[in-house]
Amino acid sequence: MSEILRLSNLKKHYASQKAVDDISFSIEQGSIFGLLGPNGAGKTTLLRMITGIFYPDSGNIQFDGNAFDPLNDIIKIGYMPEERGLYKKMKIGEQALYLAQLKGLSRSDAMQKIKFWFKRMEMESWWNKKVEDLSKGMSQKLQFVTTVLHEPKLIILDEPFSGLDPLNANLIKEEIYGLAQRGSTVIFSTHRMEQVEEICDHIVLVNLGKKVLDGTVADIKQQFKENKFSIQLSALPNEMNSSAFNIIEQKGNELIVQINENFKSNDVLKYFLQQDHSIESFREILPTLNEIFIHLVEGTKATARAFERSEN
Amino acid sequence: MNKIFIIIQREYLSRVKNKRFLLTTLLTPIIMVGFIAGATFLSISGKDEHKIAVIDQNGFFKSNLQNTKEINFVFPENVDTANYITKGFTDIILIPKFEGTAKVNYTIRSKKRLGLNTESNISDKINEAIEDKMLQDAGIQRSQLDSIRSKSQFAELKSMEEKGDTVQESNAALSYGIGFGSGMLIYITMFIYGAMVMRGVMEEKTNRIAEVMVSSVKPFQLMMGKIIGIGAVGLTQFFMWIILIGILTTAAQFFIPHDVMQQVSALQQTNGQIPTGGMVQAGDAAQKIYKLQHTMSTANWPVIIACFIFYFLGGYLFYASLFAAVGSVVNEDPQDAQSLMLPITMPIIFSFIIMSNAVQDPSTSIATWASIIPFSSPMVMMARIAYGIPGTVPYWQLALSMLSLIGGFLLTTWLSGKIYRTGILMYGKKVSWKEMGKWAFRKN
Repeated sequence: MSEILRLSNLKKHYASQKAVDDISFSIEQGSIFGLLGPNGAGKTTLLRMITGIFYPDSGNIQFDGNAFDPLNDIIKIGYMPEERGLYKKMKIGEQALYLAQLKGLSRSDAMQKIKFWFKRMEMESWWNKKVEDLSKGMSQKLQFVTTVLHEPKLIILDEPFSGLDPLNANLIKEEIYGLAQRGSTVIFSTHRMEQVEEICDHIVLVNLGKKVLDGTVADIKQQFKENKFSIQLSALPNEMNSSAFNIIEQKGNELIVQINENFKSNDVLKYFLQQDHSIESFREILPTLNEIFIHLVEGTKATARAFERSEN
Repeated sequence: MNKIFIIIQREYLSRVKNKRFLLTTLLTPIIMVGFIAGATFLSISGKDEHKIAVIDQNGFFKSNLQNTKEINFVFPENVDTANYITKGFTDIILIPKFEGTAKVNYTIRSKKRLGLNTESNISDKINEAIEDKMLQDAGIQRSQLDSIRSKSQFAELKSMEEKGDTVQESNAALSYGIGFGSGMLIYITMFIYGAMVMRGVMEEKTNRIAEVMVSSVKPFQLMMGKIIGIGAVGLTQFFMWIILIGILTTAAQFFIPHDVMQQVSALQQTNGQIPTGGMVQAGDAAQKIYKLQHTMSTANWPVIIACFIFYFLGGYLFYASLFAAVGSVVNEDPQDAQSLMLPITMPIIFSFIIMSNAVQDPSTSIATWASIIPFSSPMVMMARIAYGIPGTVPYWQLALSMLSLIGGFLLTTWLSGKIYRTGILMYGKKVSWKEMGKWAFRKN
């Protein structure tokens, strides 16, 4: 698979801080990519550089094989920022048409695509309503449609599920999968880790303007595993003593064990087999992204930094 | 289609299609006419009627004192200050015996305090009566004097102004009217449309539309689209007013009797001369209409209208981008807007003050310089242009003023664009003028 986006040594400094400090990574075409980080980590600045709103102080961006040219490449990008809104007094149909035309679609082309998406998202009856009459979830849906309407190669969604009920969140999630299957690349920025775990193929974690983690979700979990296993027995033995593991937690007949250095998971099984306890299940416990996130971010100055508002 | 054009279109149509736009456009002239008519009506009607008992020691007032609609002078017997109210009078005047022309006081006592107008009316009538008596003593009839007065009005001042090889008739009162009117109009519109731009920018910022927009268009395109779109709304409003005024004046002519209009056109052919010999008869009304038409024709309308459009647009563009810059740094709190607007509104108000002096005296050095500096030129230059080009405003001054206004708005737009670009994406922080300056003069 080819790369849609490659960032090399991107830097953006504001007067008071280094918002993005030498970040490089690349994104495969057709993947769903998670950009994670605590508040104030530099995610928004990074996204604004990818969407051409800001110019980097140094470093370069390769988009679709060529140097990124904001003026011409903007039509291939759809960006739904975290700070999003719509003209309250404008009719929904006109609003969608306006935003689509600003992306560079012709009027007739835009109309056709709006009709398609409105039908798909069950929004056909909304055309003449005003934005101020919509609920938060409804306007979120509209915002999503206006972002992906022009079938961009790269879709950037900053916290797309905030304010959505589970039903609508699922609808949007399905659409994101669909878009990726049809060849679009999705950058998904959030700090809701369970969603990242569920949706993303590849993630990058930034903190204090620097890249902290880069890899597929599975690899990262492997990298941060703590050799914890869960073992379910038919009955708990009276005494358990092994140099191979320590018991961390005990829930009914389930034990959570941590394997000591130089021992393997099979050593745990061996121990219980020797004792002739019937094992009902045995599985590895991988850390959640949430745990990894907290582990990496906690103790840094991330919280303090979030309060220093960016100034550029 | 160019993106900036799409933005202009939206900004323009969303305002012009609004019912409120149509309503204000139609109602403003009607309200203004109504206001003037109302003020006139109030000044004519609503006066108290006075029945005044005159106690005169001289004896000539009874035959010389003229009554008016509101003031009725009566010369009753047996009325004094003690009983005039019970006898149905509102006031009583006590005039002592005059000793030649020596200064003398006469008094009036009233049930209610007299208004300023009534008081001066009464004293005018008394003085008129004294004048009448003195004329009679000198052997002159009042009617004779009146007819001499009206006949003596045959000589009329026409001021002419050097205009290359020819001279042209000019009219100071008309110039004053045009100068003040157009200056005032630019003043009002700068505030109205400037504030409209600011509110539009604030709406985009507080509703969080700005970031969605700037991922598709450049911030500068967004700002210019809004400024041009709203400027076009202003021009539309002007043209609608011009058409409306045209319709109203045409309609008004239908209320003038046909024969009067014929007399007016006869006067136009004879250049205002009333021919002796009775071939053309011109009534009072016809003469007045002719005079009004003639006075209006002394102004160089095409030049004035062209300059007005130029200075309206130039002034609007100069200030609108500044208003946009202020709108972009305001957060949710509208009070921030008030204090940030002050440095922009001050020069506008100051220009208005210079303008109101310039219409009276268009050639002072303050007026001249203020008409060249772009901060004040839109208003002050319009006040001076009404007095004539190149008589009052030499061509070089006009050219310099226009060029510096164009240069000025390019500069303000460029600086504001940089403030705007940063401001619309900033939330939560109160921005000081110092920081805005830093953004404006930062490279790239």
